[in-house]
Amino acid sequence: MIRRILPHPFMTLMLIAIWMMLVNRWAVGSLVFAIMLGIAIPLITAPYWPDSARYRRPGKIPAFLGIVVWDIIKANIAVSRIVLFMPRDQLRPAWISIPLELTQPEAISALAATITLTPGTVSCDLSEDGGSLLVHCLHAPEPQDVLDEIKTRYESRLKEIFA
Amino acid sequence: MIAYALWLAFAAYGVSLLFCLYRIVVGPTIPDRALALDTMTVNVIALLTLFGIQHGTTMFFEASMLFAMLGFVSTVAFAKFVLRGDIIE
Amino acid sequence: MELIAEIVVTFLLLCGAYFGFVGSYSLVRLPDSMMRLHGPTKSATLGVGSVLVASLVWMPVFGGIVSWHELLIPLFLFLTAPLTGNFIAKAIMHLSLRPEDLPKPTTGGTWRTYGHDSRPPVPETEGPNEK
Repeated sequence: MIRRILPHPFMTLMLIAIWMMLVNRWAVGSLVFAIMLGIAIPLITAPYWPDSARYRRPGKIPAFLGIVVWDIIKANIAVSRIVLFMPRDQLRPAWISIPLELTQPEAISALAATITLTPGTVSCDLSEDGGSLLVHCLHAPEPQDVLDEIKTRYESRLKEIFA
Repeated sequence: MIAYALWLAFAAYGVSLLFCLYRIVVGPTIPDRALALDTMTVNVIALLTLFGIQHGTTMFFEASMLFAMLGFVSTVAFAKFVLRGDIIE
Repeated sequence: MELIAEIVVTFLLLCGAYFGFVGSYSLVRLPDSMMRLHGPTKSATLGVGSVLVASLVWMPVFGGIVSWHELLIPLFLFLTAPLTGNFIAKAIMHLSLRPEDLPKPTTGGTWRTYGHDSRPPVPETEGPNEK
C-alpha cells in the first residue's frame, strides 16, 4: 500500500528538502506544496524508475556519509601536498582493477562516486559483465594497498547498507 | 579580517581561471579542454559567491545555480558526443 | 559571537582559496590527462563548497539575511563531480588509450568503453589539434 503511494521514499524526502531550500523561507504553505510535489513527481516518473534500491540497513547511511566527508577532507590535503610539492618524476600513477562484490547498480554507483571523491583515486569504467571497476590512482607506489583500503573501508560498509 | 581573506580568495580564484584558460588554449586533447571548461564554471561559481559576500547580497545565488547546472549538463553532453558521436540517442 | 563567526568565515574563505587554487594549479602542473583529472574532481569541488559554507555563515551574522539555499549548490556539486569525472575519464579512454594500456578486468571480458556496442577506439594517441 505504502509502496503504491510512495514508490521512492528517499526521492520524496529529497524533493521536499530541495523545494524548501529553493523557496528559502519557512512557511506552512510551502511545506504543503513541497509534500504535494514530493508525492506527485515520483508517481508521475515511476515508469522510468521501475526498480528501486533495496536497503538492508539504511540506518548505517549517516555513519558512512560521515566517514566519506572526513576522507574527502583528508584526501584533499594529501592530494594538494602531492600537487604542490612532489617532483613530477617521483609520481607513480597506477591503474587498478577492483573485483566487485556489490551487484545492485545503486550500490556500485555509490561506490564509484565515493572512490572518485576520496584519496587520489578516480573511478573510470565498469567491465562488461559489471563485475569489476577500473580505478586510476594519482600516486600509488603500492597499488595493492589502495585496493585493500577501498575493499575494507568502503565496499564492506556499502555491502551492509544495501541488501 | 574577512576583507583580507576575501581579497585573497578573489586573487586565488582569478589566478585559477587563468590556469584553466592556459589549459584550454594549450590542450593537448579535447577531454583536457572540456575538463578545464568544467573547472572554469566551478571557479566562476566561487567568484560569484565571493562577490555576493562582498556586497552583502544573495542576489547572485540564482546565477551560480544556473552556472552549476549548465556546467554539468554541457560537460556530460560533450563527453557523450565524444563517446558516441551523438548527443541524443 | 561576532568574533567567532569572523574567525570561522575567514578560515573557510582561506580553505576555499587554497583548495580552489590547488585544483586549478594541478591542471597546469601534472603531466598527463588522466592525472589532471584528479585535481578538479576533488579539490575544486571542496574549495567551492567551503566558500559557499562561508557565505552561509556570513549572511545571517553580518548581512542580516537568513538564507539556507546556498547549501543546494555544494550538494549539487558533490553529487555531480563524480559523474563529470567519470564521463571525462571515459572520453579520455576512448580517445587516447587502448585496452592494452589498461589492466584487464579481474572478472574477464573487457571494459564497457571498448565493448562491442561502442565504436572502436581511435588508434592515434595524440589530439586532433597536434597533427
